Amino acid sequence: MSQSQTAAPNPAQARTVGPVIIEAESVTKSFTNPDGRALPVLDAISFSLAEGEIVALLGKSGSGKSTLLRCVAGLIAPSGGTVAYRGTPLNGANPGVAMIFQSFALLPWLTVQQNVELGLQARGVPEAERRERALKAIDLIGLDGFESAYPKELSGGMRQRVGFARAIVVEPDALLMDEPFSALDVLTAENLRNELVGLWEGHEAPVKSILIVTHNIEEAVLLADRILVLSSNPGRIKAELAVELPRPRDRHAPRFESIVDTVYGILTGREDRATAAIAVAEHPTDGVPRPARPAPTPINTPLPVVSPGGMAGLLEILAARGGEDGLAEIADELNFEIDDLLPLVDAAVMLGLAGTKGARLEITADGREFAAADILTSKQLFARHAVAHAPLVRAIAQALTATEDHTLREGFFLDLLRRGYSTEEARQQLETAIDWGRYGELFDYDRDDAEFTLDPSAYPALVGTA
Amino acid sequence: MVVGAAIVALLYGLLRLAPALNAPFLPSTAPSTVSMDPANLPYYAIRSLVRMFIALIVSVLFTFVYATAAARLRRAEKVLLPVLDILQSVPVLGFLSVTVTAFINLFPGSELGLECASIFAIFTAMAWNMTFAFHYSLISQPREFDEAARVMRLTKWQRFWQLDVPGGMIPMVWNGMMSFGGAWFFLAASESISVLRHQYALPGIGSYAAAAIQAGNMGQVGIAIAVMIVMVVGVNVLFWRPLTAWSERFRVEESEAAERPRSLVLDLLRRSEVPRLVGRPLKPVGVALDRVTRPFGLAEHPLGVSPVRERTGDVFFAGVITTLIAYGVWKAGGYIRDTIGFGEFGHAFALGAATFGRVVVLLAVATVIWVPIGVWIGMNPKVTRIAQPIVQVLASFPANFLFPLATIVFVALHVSLDIGAILLMALGSQWYILFNVIAGASAIPSDLREAMTSLRVDGKLRWRKFILPAIFPSYVTGGITAAGGAWNASIVAEIVSYGPHNLRAAGLGAYIADATTNGDFPKILIGILVMSFYVVALNRLFWRRMYRLAETRYAL
Repeated sequence: MSQSQTAAPNPAQARTVGPVIIEAESVTKSFTNPDGRALPVLDAISFSLAEGEIVALLGKSGSGKSTLLRCVAGLIAPSGGTVAYRGTPLNGANPGVAMIFQSFALLPWLTVQQNVELGLQARGVPEAERRERALKAIDLIGLDGFESAYPKELSGGMRQRVGFARAIVVEPDALLMDEPFSALDVLTAENLRNELVGLWEGHEAPVKSILIVTHNIEEAVLLADRILVLSSNPGRIKAELAVELPRPRDRHAPRFESIVDTVYGILTGREDRATAAIAVAEHPTDGVPRPARPAPTPINTPLPVVSPGGMAGLLEILAARGGEDGLAEIADELNFEIDDLLPLVDAAVMLGLAGTKGARLEITADGREFAAADILTSKQLFARHAVAHAPLVRAIAQALTATEDHTLREGFFLDLLRRGYSTEEARQQLETAIDWGRYGELFDYDRDDAEFTLDPSAYPALVGTA
Repeated sequence: MVVGAAIVALLYGLLRLAPALNAPFLPSTAPSTVSMDPANLPYYAIRSLVRMFIALIVSVLFTFVYATAAARLRRAEKVLLPVLDILQSVPVLGFLSVTVTAFINLFPGSELGLECASIFAIFTAMAWNMTFAFHYSLISQPREFDEAARVMRLTKWQRFWQLDVPGGMIPMVWNGMMSFGGAWFFLAASESISVLRHQYALPGIGSYAAAAIQAGNMGQVGIAIAVMIVMVVGVNVLFWRPLTAWSERFRVEESEAAERPRSLVLDLLRRSEVPRLVGRPLKPVGVALDRVTRPFGLAEHPLGVSPVRERTGDVFFAGVITTLIAYGVWKAGGYIRDTIGFGEFGHAFALGAATFGRVVVLLAVATVIWVPIGVWIGMNPKVTRIAQPIVQVLASFPANFLFPLATIVFVALHVSLDIGAILLMALGSQWYILFNVIAGASAIPSDLREAMTSLRVDGKLRWRKFILPAIFPSYVTGGITAAGGAWNASIVAEIVSYGPHNLRAAGLGAYIADATTNGDFPKILIGILVMSFYVVALNRLFWRRMYRLAETRYAL
């Protein structure tokens, strides 16, 4: 399968895009289940990173974006396809990159300066030069005066500055960032992003290109020249967007907001309607037309990993806002990133309590009823919708009805789930189903015996949909 | 099943290290007793301390090599970890005669062999725990650290020295301290030993006590006990406390621990010139090491490995290991058949049941006594601060020093050692239960206690629903350690003598002790095999389940 890089023309770019640094060619990655079944995480991903550009990898959890970054860094081997650094395929850690971690990954027993020097020490740089270069990087990144502090003494923002200094001191061709701001509070993250933009635009940082993984849409639009939007399970490149706005970018510019809305639309699965708004290059995921949607099963329709209470909260907010609002506005108001918000949206949509229209969320009549009901009624409503629309919940409830004593061991369901999920995912699906089933009083779960029991009050919900 | 076979093969292999039975008898390379003049005590104390610290250094080096190999080499791990597990459950004290003869043979005509055997015995008391702890820290290293190290292209040595060792420092130090405490017992037991009907004694505090016990001189036994207490406390205050306080700098957690271990000695050291004086000459060493180890390459492994080659290697490796184990079992079987026959196993198992009974009674009684006391201490922070160091010293103190006192009491009261041995075994092992219960009780969050109090949950209900479940995980840890210690102690506790009095109990410990004295290798093999069987079976069938329950349900 060939994927053409059909990015929209980029006339207004601050930097000129130079030679390709990293080239990923139809990279696939699958992890193997204990029973030997391969689970695809990345599917045929091709992209390149060239000198002078910032590229963002954006996706929900489960899109394999961090896995892709680690393939690019040469930390894990792709199952198929190749990653090449300046034309040479990788067989080990990528020699031309430095990495910035979400959790900073600073060694707590080394001072700021020692942490920054470590990468140079690894390259065998003599002590005097090491010192000089480290101090320069520390200076550049605004850590002056903290050279002899230990990471423990620093705030999160300052720690990530150390992470930046440690990465740029080795003057990498490509700077790889794995959700670098998501462990920071909103203001600190904003401050650090702005400084990164300043360094990049001022050509001060000795870095030729940046690849950033994020689940924050605004962050991607703020920073990147190109955004690669990944779909989930398995991760594919769903769309590629060129962001042609000059940096620093204004969050409230209409153009900015329209790009954010477009991305929301793409992520909630309505990208075709939104494409008209902006130059979007769609990646057809396969050459053949998609077959008719198969009947939902626990395998092809995973439960969004959310609690029923969280979803009820979302619907209440939506009802209070007049039943319809933009996803970006809701996320903004709640200070949520897409990993927080989209699973809730997915759950509400799955249960038929809300619907998406582009980047807007709309409550349905069922959803209004659910949001307005008292606790007992809302639980009954939830049970009915879950049995009707959540395949795993329905499967468990029906299997329990079919057995004589209305109990089943969890191993029965785990075995079934492992046909389509990794062990952890299967566990997570089951835990979510337990949570939903308990909330709806459909079935209970005994953790000591690892056993499901049908709740006697489950019959109305089950009969209602039979 | 495989574990059982591996134990048989491994023990038989160790046994073959010793010279053949009919070889000319061991030369009398060491005196059979030491001078009883108390003026020699400082010298003896230093000799004993040197032995302990050499064993500690060897244990640390062993830990680095063994744990790193187990964590980094996929195939080696499959062998190294089970072997470590076996070594940990085998009562090493019973193997003293084998190691002593092996080491004496290694250095014929010199005291060095005996010295090595003693250090080896102490080493076996320290190494396994530390190795497990370091291995665990290696495999549970945060993933980003591993990734950061590889992206930064650290060399193998840099990775080990800058990341692996500091990351494992805290568990290494704490386990080292606990193991060091347990090792005093082995020091006392291994300095003066009678092997193959021959008494050996190395200059040391343990030998001094043994001599005093043999002579029935209560005053000198008392002096030895006092010196021992000074040593245990001194090493704790001057070495382990500063070390634990210092190791706090290696804590990975983001936030500071609420109560950090403190040490006055460390504060003094920090303020002195010592760190700079020590640091200056070491710096070039560090630079040199960094340069010398560079050719060993990066801490990196190739991404692409041919699955066929890997699979073939695995099969070959598994084949070799299986063959070795099978050969060992076969040889061991032949050895036993040709010497005393398999019937001896029945006898040993029956004796093992007696010792097993003692261990069970010991655990039950120690639980009933120490759990309430431990909870009381742990829930009163003021008492905890005073009691914890004391309990630590009690746990470290080699109980075999106290045996003569107990012997006198038993003789006077006409108590049979069959019962009395329980008390002797408890002298050393019960403290682990107390120690852990204190730790567990003091770790109960205060808001939980306040909630229980405000709900008026007290009396029986408070114990049943709150306190006992909350301390359960720590109690299980203490119970496992106590049971292991009790089995090991049975080897020295089921036969005791003080002056003219000789007492003995029927049990597997006495069986092994007899076999050791007589150099009866087949009986040693059988005795240790049976004891390992009891220990492993108890661990698998009972403690492991308790542990799982503790982890899943009662973890706070």
